[in-house]
Amino acid sequence: MKKTPLHQTHIDAGARMVDFGGWHMPVQYSGLSHEHQTVRTKAGLFDVSHMGEVTAEGAGAEAFCNYLVTNNVSKLVDGQAQYSVMCFENGGVVDDLLVYRRAEGKYLLCINAGNIDKDWDWIQKIAAKFPSAVVKNLSEEFSQIALQGPLSARILSPLTKLDLSSIKYYHFAETDLCGKAVILSRTGYTGEDGFEIYAPAADGAFLWKKIMAEGAPLGLIPAGLGARDTLRTEMKFPLYGHEIDQATNPLEAGLGWVVKLDKPGDFVGKEALQKLKAAGIERALVGLRVLDKGIARQGYEIFDHEQKGKVGTVTSGTPSPSLGYPIAIGYVRKGLSAPGTKLQVKVRDRFFPAEVVATPFYKRN
Amino acid sequence: MSDKIPGHLKYTKDHEWAYVEGKIATIGVTHHAQDALGEVVFVELPAKGKNLKRGDTFGVVESIKAVSDLYSPLSGKVLETNTSLTDEPGITNQDPYNKAWMVKIELQDSSELSGLLSADDYKKLVESL
Repeated sequence: MKKTPLHQTHIDAGARMVDFGGWHMPVQYSGLSHEHQTVRTKAGLFDVSHMGEVTAEGAGAEAFCNYLVTNNVSKLVDGQAQYSVMCFENGGVVDDLLVYRRAEGKYLLCINAGNIDKDWDWIQKIAAKFPSAVVKNLSEEFSQIALQGPLSARILSPLTKLDLSSIKYYHFAETDLCGKAVILSRTGYTGEDGFEIYAPAADGAFLWKKIMAEGAPLGLIPAGLGARDTLRTEMKFPLYGHEIDQATNPLEAGLGWVVKLDKPGDFVGKEALQKLKAAGIERALVGLRVLDKGIARQGYEIFDHEQKGKVGTVTSGTPSPSLGYPIAIGYVRKGLSAPGTKLQVKVRDRFFPAEVVATPFYKRN
Repeated sequence: MSDKIPGHLKYTKDHEWAYVEGKIATIGVTHHAQDALGEVVFVELPAKGKNLKRGDTFGVVESIKAVSDLYSPLSGKVLETNTSLTDEPGITNQDPYNKAWMVKIELQDSSELSGLLSADDYKKLVESL
């Protein structure tokens, strides 16, 4: 299995390790619920070094990025990031990603760990049409740490000369952290304030220890992939392989807001997405509250209220540590997506009532 | 170690315990099982009267992250299930050998008892993991 630069740090901390898509990663340290709650009330530190980083640079970099992704890259200013998807010609999703504009002609793409090889093949294929854009897969050269929670800025401040209040949400700075050159990105996958910290692979373990030492007196704890998943599910953030994959399009996944059909120029999947939008989506991704303590999980079937027939499938589901009841995300047939719609989820051979609810499930106070 | 692997119980390699009195066996999951699962959030148990064969799945125990099958260590008919686990599944973590008993069955074939592990054998199994 592949190991991140922080692997030994997790072993030393007594983390429970699992095989996550070929990576030996910490799923939990002190306990999933505890880590989840601590991120929402104080702060948690996640090793996300397994994520992929690809750079696109040169005179053709902006045009290339705009063709590759559905969002409008031309709207970015230096130091700004945006969430987007890359689509196939038929509108199916290649991956979701963050696009960072570091400077004119200088972009960084952050892609999902499980998709690095596939995405890199795709990116190179598309980049071939843009000879003045140079793309590099630098995934092995980066470590990435996510500090998430309301105390994040307070924990990080003493470790950098930069005034962190100058970094707005979905913006980033290339600066110094404990004497190391890093990218501090005010982004995250939890719904809390926080920073995703990109650093050279060799500096990952050092920075982890420095941040933990600074934050532990304030209540900072390490957090694993288990908590990362419950936190993002509460926010209805998609996870590739669950809410999005090559058989889903961004419109039905509720990601129409990152599909800028009106942006100048073509992009991969534009024509297919225009047709899909005109025809109307056949199914929609919804959030469900599951009643009677039933836990719905990926792949479970969603039925109509009278249990007459299957109307959809669960893409993610979990007990919600913040809300105290089970929640699920899933695709349902069009017409059944309004909040309040009563449905049923099949859990093994039992049915549990469920209701479509507005999302995100969790709202910060 | 004795409170984590009580000496008077029998065990299985699936991390379940059985307490046998006459023809009645009480079954639950071990300390090791609840520790590996993490916080238990849901327990599904069979209906009374159900006939189980040794090795049949008789229910499910769920943590936040995962669903784990429960395997019957012995063949028999379900006499009683611990309904308090519906409202308080977390008892499985707190008291796996007493308050979190799961089912009581009427044994069909006492010779199956020889197939269960002693506390010592189960201890060796856990240490080898």
